[in-house]
Amino acid sequence: MSCIEQMKYTILLDRISFKEAREYIEKNSNEVYYVSPGYKIFKDYYIIGVPPIAVGAKGDALIFPYTKPCHGSFVLSIENEDSIKEINRLRETEKEKGTASVKKGKTPESSSASSASYLNMWKK
Amino acid sequence: MTGAKVLLMMGCPEVPIQTSIALYLSHKLTNSGFDVTVAGTTAATKLLKVSDSDGYYAKKLADLDKTLEDIIEKRADFDICFAFMHNDSGMTYAATVSAISQAKMYSIVFGRHAEELAQTIEFDCEKIVTQDVHNPIRLKNKLDKIMEEMAR
Repeated sequence: MSCIEQMKYTILLDRISFKEAREYIEKNSNEVYYVSPGYKIFKDYYIIGVPPIAVGAKGDALIFPYTKPCHGSFVLSIENEDSIKEINRLRETEKEKGTASVKKGKTPESSSASSASYLNMWKK
Repeated sequence: MTGAKVLLMMGCPEVPIQTSIALYLSHKLTNSGFDVTVAGTTAATKLLKVSDSDGYYAKKLADLDKTLEDIIEKRADFDICFAFMHNDSGMTYAATVSAISQAKMYSIVFGRHAEELAQTIEFDCEKIVTQDVHNPIRLKNKLDKIMEEMAR
């Protein structure tokens, strides 16, 4: 069990596809950053996901995808001292790369390739 | 490829054929000289442990999330990965392994929505797709052909 499950979190979306989680984060965050699968947050959670993985910031809250093998993907929000640190780390990483955060509506091309029909079907 | 490290990555065990195919693949690949690790969720590995209580077919069992953590932290890696998937989460886990590991990927896509799920796979892999839920024979036959190619 990762530390996420022991933290105070808010479930923004549950039992969705990973693509839906990415789209939600892109549309509902003030700042959006893209990380690779396995990016570590909150000391011991390695993000599972299909690249590009969107991680968002809304105020001091970190918004990120969380995937469980039997229950689908979730979008979680955590707002505490650690989330502020994580957001600052994302901002610093982007600065080092020399790019600004991707704002609403600017989705990398590869994120739109999944099959919509399957995504609608599996939610039933 | 004898001695190559193979990861069998099991997802949610809701669809019955996963357990039998995992045991079958593990045994056949081990007998062919591969070093096989079977990783799964808690429920998936418990099903395997009860079915194969003496560890005859699956010699090495591992926790799925711990295995991914070990690959990410460069404590382990594999040459070949067979990723079982019948839902979006299974595909998401496989995509993760594809990104963090140097393993050649085989996606075993099964269950009623296998065809639609297979279309959502964006990472580089060989797809083995059957819509079966209860009867593992068609999937077994497809995997036998894959294993024949691997043995060459």
